[in-house]
Amino acid sequence: MKNFDSGSHVTGKSVYLDDIQEIKGTLHAAVVFSEKAHARIVNMDLSKAKRSEGVAGILTAKDITGENQIGGIIPDEPLLAEEEVHFIGQPVAVVVAEDHLLARAAARLVEVEYEELEVILSPRKAKEAGQFLVPPRTFASGNTEKGLSGCKYIFSGSADSGAQEHLYLETQGSYAIPLENNNIKIYSSTQGPTMVQKITAQVLGLSMHHIEVDVTRLGGAFGGKEDQATPWAVMAALAVQKFNKPVKLILEREEDIKATGKRHPYSSDFTIGLDSDLKIRLFEVEYYQNGGAAADLSPAIMERTLFHVTNSYFIPNVKATAYSCKTNLPPFTAFRGFGGPQAMFVIESAIALAAEELKIDKDVIQQKNLLRKGNIFHYGQVCDSNNAVKSWDESQSEFKLTKEKQEIERYNLENIFTKKGLSLMPVCFGISFTKTPMNQARALVHIYQDGSIGISTGAIEMGQGVNTKLMQVASGIFSVGISRIKIESTNTTRVANTSPTAASSGADLNGNALLMAGKQLLGRLKKTASEILNAEVTNISLKDEMVFNDNKKTDLSWEELVEAAFLKRVKLSEIGHYSTPVINFDKKTEKGHPFTYHVYGAAAVTVKLDCARGIYETESVKIVHDFGNSMNLDIDKGQVEGAVVQGIGWMTVEEILWDERGRLLADSLSKYKIPDIFAAPKVIEIRPLDTKGPKLALLRSKAVGEPPFMYGIGVFFALQNSIKAFNPEYRPEYNSPLTPEKVLMSLYPKKNK
Amino acid sequence: MIEFILNDRFIRVDQAKEGMSLLDFIRKEMNLTGTKTGCREGDCGACTVLAGEIINNRLVYRSVVSCLTPLINAKGKHIVTIEGLNTAEINPVQKSIADNSATQCGFCTPGFVVSLTDHMLSNHDKDAVHSLSGNICRCTGYKSIEKAAKKVDELKDTLKKGNEIGSMVEKGWLPHYFLEIKERLLKISSDKPKDRNSQIIGGATDLMVQKPGELLVSKLVRITSFVPDTVEISDDRIFIGAGIKMNDFFENKYLNRYFPGLSEYLELIASSQIRNMATPGGNIVNASPIGDISVLLLALNADLILESEEGSERQLKLRDLFLDYKKLDLKPSERIKYITIEIPAQSVLFNFEKVSKRTHLDIASVNSSVCICSDGKIINEIYISAGGVAPYPKLLVKTSDFLKGKELSIDHLNTALDIIQEEIFPISDIRGSAEYKRTLLRQLFLMHFVKLFPQNFSQKKILSLMLTNAVI
Repeated sequence: MKNFDSGSHVTGKSVYLDDIQEIKGTLHAAVVFSEKAHARIVNMDLSKAKRSEGVAGILTAKDITGENQIGGIIPDEPLLAEEEVHFIGQPVAVVVAEDHLLARAAARLVEVEYEELEVILSPRKAKEAGQFLVPPRTFASGNTEKGLSGCKYIFSGSADSGAQEHLYLETQGSYAIPLENNNIKIYSSTQGPTMVQKITAQVLGLSMHHIEVDVTRLGGAFGGKEDQATPWAVMAALAVQKFNKPVKLILEREEDIKATGKRHPYSSDFTIGLDSDLKIRLFEVEYYQNGGAAADLSPAIMERTLFHVTNSYFIPNVKATAYSCKTNLPPFTAFRGFGGPQAMFVIESAIALAAEELKIDKDVIQQKNLLRKGNIFHYGQVCDSNNAVKSWDESQSEFKLTKEKQEIERYNLENIFTKKGLSLMPVCFGISFTKTPMNQARALVHIYQDGSIGISTGAIEMGQGVNTKLMQVASGIFSVGISRIKIESTNTTRVANTSPTAASSGADLNGNALLMAGKQLLGRLKKTASEILNAEVTNISLKDEMVFNDNKKTDLSWEELVEAAFLKRVKLSEIGHYSTPVINFDKKTEKGHPFTYHVYGAAAVTVKLDCARGIYETESVKIVHDFGNSMNLDIDKGQVEGAVVQGIGWMTVEEILWDERGRLLADSLSKYKIPDIFAAPKVIEIRPLDTKGPKLALLRSKAVGEPPFMYGIGVFFALQNSIKAFNPEYRPEYNSPLTPEKVLMSLYPKKNK
Repeated sequence: MIEFILNDRFIRVDQAKEGMSLLDFIRKEMNLTGTKTGCREGDCGACTVLAGEIINNRLVYRSVVSCLTPLINAKGKHIVTIEGLNTAEINPVQKSIADNSATQCGFCTPGFVVSLTDHMLSNHDKDAVHSLSGNICRCTGYKSIEKAAKKVDELKDTLKKGNEIGSMVEKGWLPHYFLEIKERLLKISSDKPKDRNSQIIGGATDLMVQKPGELLVSKLVRITSFVPDTVEISDDRIFIGAGIKMNDFFENKYLNRYFPGLSEYLELIASSQIRNMATPGGNIVNASPIGDISVLLLALNADLILESEEGSERQLKLRDLFLDYKKLDLKPSERIKYITIEIPAQSVLFNFEKVSKRTHLDIASVNSSVCICSDGKIINEIYISAGGVAPYPKLLVKTSDFLKGKELSIDHLNTALDIIQEEIFPISDIRGSAEYKRTLLRQLFLMHFVKLFPQNFSQKKILSLMLTNAVI
């Protein structure tokens, strides 16, 4: 089944936040952002701005009626700056005016006088200065000191990966509307409506029941709207509280890029030890996570980094420490992979370094160390499948990689100005929120008396197709056509206390809740049918909108059954509540069973490098991916393709730089380039791994949002191989993204004089 | 008054709104929300609409980004948004996207549909995928969109060439009202008399990014009220109207006759939408140190014919226009009327090179162009230009002078490499470090010769030049 929204998408009829019909009298808000990365606010002069045309008023921290606090995990982030600012783009004030242009014109007239303070941008510098967002954590297994003695080869190095802008096509935004009795309804482009509700109530000094949050769909999110959609919604609601008029706040692209957090840059030091058989005996690593100026989701992201230290490999002796470092940059936040990609980049760099030193191909080491059933992850969970090895082996045979390698070697001998490189990238990614309490969801199902069905869950549709999957689940349970089913907007008054749609878990959690509600309703309807047909309830089944008795079609249709049930006063609404079983984690020992299951896969990546110009293209990404038993391959393959290209972007051209004063240099789409249609790999081939899929995945169909992102890491190492083919003297540095500039300078290094 | 047709509706807007972006007009005033706001700088394509106008008695549609289109540039045209393309059932272009799972979050999708429709209505023979050079999607990874584009190629093959509109309407793929547009447009006046106090607008693709607020409150006048948008031949010179659209410039038959291969470089410059809007004249006066068109025209030894408000004209070498960073030998009252190039006496060889982070729709780190007149042994005439290596687009005069009259030899190229490095002054910025730009220009310079004189220069010889000439 294709994405249900396709029809409205292609005709432009899908409604996104900024498309909601505005109520007459709606005011528009614009944010005044800090121009300094670290400074004391000496004075703020609002007089000119207040007199500006069409201005209703200006909000500062003083106008906050509740608590000036939006931190989700740690209360360390004000909605609006008070005495100090900690990053360029930090909201300082909110101007509310008759339209968005007047609001922005007035915002430019707000004069803020700063006294500049020391700026720290690098996580290593922050560590030296003792600036942490949370205390460091260490995950360990085995004994790295003892492990050392079993190693024949020991290599140490460092690896750096850069930030990444989400570049959801729809910028952040919200639209808040006053209701009676101090109630406010907020339309928000958020992955986490409950978070918006909770923080808005906190800042406005209200209880949560005063705040209703409603989300129809997002124009992309990728983690960028998990926590960071919140402030804009709170600001709009604050303005509603003040002016009692509807208020819309939509960020312009340049504002969004400047003010919102990105993927965390990491700087890491590692030591890898291998025995004579090239088995990795030991891996020690220190991650310096650049967390930005406030915690946001950094502690959780740091935790996921620590879970993915070893990627798809079994390493008996591991010691991994992560520092979440506080710097004067916008708080870095969730982005597809959530700290996992950064960890995997480091272990892959370590293996690449070992291969480089040992003068062997990287995949020799990769292959020898793949996870097997029964291996214990360094955090205590037992690996319960051989899918790492299976997907690796299948990729070797399906894609004839030995032959491909030989062909590349021949190509490289025959060509002077173009070289190819191949790299293999296995992935093992844990599924679940690592904070166990978040692994719960609810679904509210109404069967209307005409047989149509309305479903509300906590899942947010942002293009990943979760609504389509929910429809499939409902259609499957009741055996009715899709046209009878509607997935309602995600609304906090219908489904409360939701977890954000994140961690690839939206379909698993909400789908399972829907299954539970659906089964309850189905049971009642079957009972009704058995009464009508005077049959055994165990013999009743539904198929193609008809009731079957003992596998024989009866005259009773779905519509008639529902109507009968209604007249018999059967409960036709139900809430399903799902909380993932099995999972647990003890933060004292840093051991447990945090993941419901893991997703595995292996990719073979081939790149072609123009060695005259230093530019390159990805020729092919060929993947064996563990979908479990995919419930929708159209959607799931789309997730893989999109994730791969995003991962390639992160590794190649998506470069985020700041100047020494903390000002973002790539601050617009003309300077920050994500892959376009010509930059996509020429070929992306995806083969589903032949597997039954785990029971705890929704209909045994595994989560798919994040894991394939990390196949993109293969491009980095494939490019290094292509550089090496041109310049045998090349000494790789593990510093991503590998931009055309870095490539050209590696092809033609400066000669020592 | 600004008059135009929006979908099937006649629109009359007050002159005071001529600087408003078409995007805001469509969304906020007309409440047509299928056209999306993505970046407001023409880099994402989510706001793509079609602009139809009558050219040579033919109704021609082109895709443009509505965010960078001031209303004045919609004047007299037929503007088509996604809503204006909808038929009773989803049309086959839309269906190709839905069927191939080429839409996920859907925010970019209307823009893609409009661009693909632009392809359907066009009369060139390129693949549909080329119409998507200005559309960004963050969700799909594009493979599904490529499949949709291939389907669109098949659909286009079924249309009657030269009567694409009629053919699509007949099949029910476009709403019926398209058949009446040509007649309706003829009744709308497009240009107004000159007004000296007005800000002159070309494609506005840079002005709308840099100064949207100013445009909102200025009186505007279209550049085409003053200057031609055609290419003319007169005696031994080509005269290019400074108001010509980028796409028309690159595809012009005369230019391609005298400078073979020119059209091949089109894809390296901006996007389909931007090329439908922007003008070479605008690219020149913008004076960006990395301006693609300036670099290209410098190598063609172009002259400018400048016209003042009083009507007097003067001729200036393009290379003499650039004085310093964003400083031009151009009086406020003057505008470029023609870009003129001498028709080469004998066949010339021409090449353009550009390296940017992303190959398409990106600003170059370094670009370079060369035009050479040679018998295969001696360089009779040569002009080499480069962008990104000086405060303005630069004709590499010393390098060109050195090579003129010389034999095509590795030794001469070797010496030229040193001269280049002496006459450029790149700075480190977001597009790359100074050292990178120096290295890159060395590479591009040599690649000109690899491409133009493969018999004279073996790849191995050039490679050794690249490796031995380390940039300091």
